Amino acid sequence: MRGMQEEEVFVTGNEAVARAVKLAKPNVIAAYPITPQTEIVEVLARYVESGELKSEYIHVESEHSAMAACIGAASMGARVFTATSSHGFLYMCEMIFWASIARLPIVMANVNRALGPGWNIWADLKDAMSHRDAGWIQFYTASVQEAYDTTLMAFRIAEDRRVMLPTMVNLEGFVLSHVMQPLRLVNEAEYDKFLPPVRIPHALNFERPHTLGTLISPEHNYLVQYDHNRCMRAADDVIAEVEREFERMSGRRYGAVMKYRCDDAETLVIAMGTLAKEAEVACDSLREKGEKIGVLRLRQLRPFPKAFLEEVKRLTAERFIIIDRAYSSGYGGILAEEVKAKLYDLGLKKEVKSIIAGLGGQDVPHEALEKMFMDKRGGEVWFGV
Amino acid sequence: MARAFNTVVVSMVEVLGKEEHEGMEAVRGEGKVVKWLAEIPADEYVLKGNSACAGCTAMIALRYALKASRATGRKTLLLVGACCMVVCEGVYPNTAYNVPTLDTAFACTASMASGVEAALKSFGRRDVNVIAFAGDGGTVDIGIQALSGAVERGHNFLYVCYDNEAYCNTGMQRSGATPLCARTTTTPGGKREKKKDVPRIMAAHGIPYVATACPSYPMDLYEKFKRAFSIEGPKYIHILTPCPVSWRFPTSKGVEMGKLAVRTGMWTLYEVEHGVFRLSPPSRRVVLRGDVVPVEKYLRAQGRFNGITDEEVERIQKMVYQELEWFKEAAARRKLW
Repeated sequence: MRGMQEEEVFVTGNEAVARAVKLAKPNVIAAYPITPQTEIVEVLARYVESGELKSEYIHVESEHSAMAACIGAASMGARVFTATSSHGFLYMCEMIFWASIARLPIVMANVNRALGPGWNIWADLKDAMSHRDAGWIQFYTASVQEAYDTTLMAFRIAEDRRVMLPTMVNLEGFVLSHVMQPLRLVNEAEYDKFLPPVRIPHALNFERPHTLGTLISPEHNYLVQYDHNRCMRAADDVIAEVEREFERMSGRRYGAVMKYRCDDAETLVIAMGTLAKEAEVACDSLREKGEKIGVLRLRQLRPFPKAFLEEVKRLTAERFIIIDRAYSSGYGGILAEEVKAKLYDLGLKKEVKSIIAGLGGQDVPHEALEKMFMDKRGGEVWFGV
Repeated sequence: MARAFNTVVVSMVEVLGKEEHEGMEAVRGEGKVVKWLAEIPADEYVLKGNSACAGCTAMIALRYALKASRATGRKTLLLVGACCMVVCEGVYPNTAYNVPTLDTAFACTASMASGVEAALKSFGRRDVNVIAFAGDGGTVDIGIQALSGAVERGHNFLYVCYDNEAYCNTGMQRSGATPLCARTTTTPGGKREKKKDVPRIMAAHGIPYVATACPSYPMDLYEKFKRAFSIEGPKYIHILTPCPVSWRFPTSKGVEMGKLAVRTGMWTLYEVEHGVFRLSPPSRRVVLRGDVVPVEKYLRAQGRFNGITDEEVERIQKMVYQELEWFKEAAARRKLW
């Protein structure tokens, strides 16, 4: 199958996402500009205007309306896409929850950016990570290729009948959204086979009228939430299945966790997004110096992957270093706390060090990471403080 | 019970409603105009057992909207904002609305309608009337941004604001549509500001159709729905729907209260179609012939104006006269501005 993909281009993370959306041919795109996401919706607007992409493009007047329009369209059975970032993400917050409780397979790209005040347009994962309980499937990507591939898979995952959940593809502002890297394209005909037409079973129809979103009493509400979680858990297996199929089509393999020199590692670095890639560079350098260190990159935060637990159980590393680009004030690094809770579930006692780094676009060079990895002190460390 | 009540309302309207089609044909000059209630389809798309309060006039508005939509021969897709009309549906797994219905969050009735309309367009469906139905809070306050954006984008849908002049679903709190001096639970001493005039704001968007209406004039209301459905693009109808619970008047007086609103000039019925302003028949005699009932009669009939002083009544009366003068000029130049 690899012979089918002939094209390679050199594009930004944003353009890669737009190119993936173009292949998915959504019925409706609702979009509002925000830095550093804007390029995604600009590229899509060009595709629509030139006729290359036959989507209805709604130039909404806010992100709240962007997600509302997506919900309206998906409630009619349409495939929809939107993209946002940071304040836009928070502005659509009510609708983000609405979309997931309504069980609509909306796909959204979120270009992670810090929150104001003061205005800061650089990378920070707090926008998305603070919404890990919103009921969306959340992916965090680390390269242009991965942003593209994950967006392609997101439609298939979200629309799977066993899942029917909105799905968010995160890419960090500037360090990924605006960085140009080579991108191998997926063949359109192949992708059409990979992604069947969307069918939303509870969409409104004129043959048998029903109401979506009517009052729901305490007798039923908890069942809706129970069912939501059931499907979110099921999504974990569906994602693995889709990733396997995607590999057959593209030759590129993904997993909920991506291991880098982990197998014999005594120290395991756990991180998400581009910081994990930076950690890989630091890891190579430390390996040369004889340190047994590896990087476990978490690609999928929700559903929290079973694969992560399996790896942690299997790997022999005794020392865990967790890097967080998002912090829960008064508690801890968000990923660090999630990992620690899971270690408790597994009955594992590990030495855990939490590194808070890269907030608001703070530059985190691999040399600095190397130094922090080598510092044997445990507990929480804020880079630069 | 709701059904029985509605029957009572309808027969009251039959007795009271002779004035509204007076001069209607002259205004339209085309097509068949409904002159008698019996000509309005008897089919009901709001089912028995809905949980509307006794005397709810907003429910009359919704019923007529759905009847008029059906009469066009097209399908209906209803969106209901967070408002009384969503409560009236009843509780899951039941619904009282026999058309596909999408309930929306508070601020986004118009933007969800944008999405629905865009999806239908993408499917190539041209046979659907998309109706967004929301209250005054959801329209003039929290939803105005989404509404303004949706009509500016030119989506083909009808937005209906049923205006009971307060957040009546949550127990009568002040909204931007609450009139001057009205007592609400959040303005216990009476509102100090005037009502926000959203129909005129919508007309300023230059959309093809804007109308005001009142269920006390059901034929006029029905005709306006019909008119709206015949026009491509964004349409807006603002309906004054007296609420017996919040306005504090007997449940049997809803239709009367609407008529009083129109006859006193507190509410003026008109249409702006492709920029052309037209007074509707019930308001023509008020505005053009000066056949005006003093506002005091309207204000004193409602508990929400309890304790209003003579000076305040005088102030409101003056405001009304100014408004009527303004409408008279608008009627003469056939333009709102």
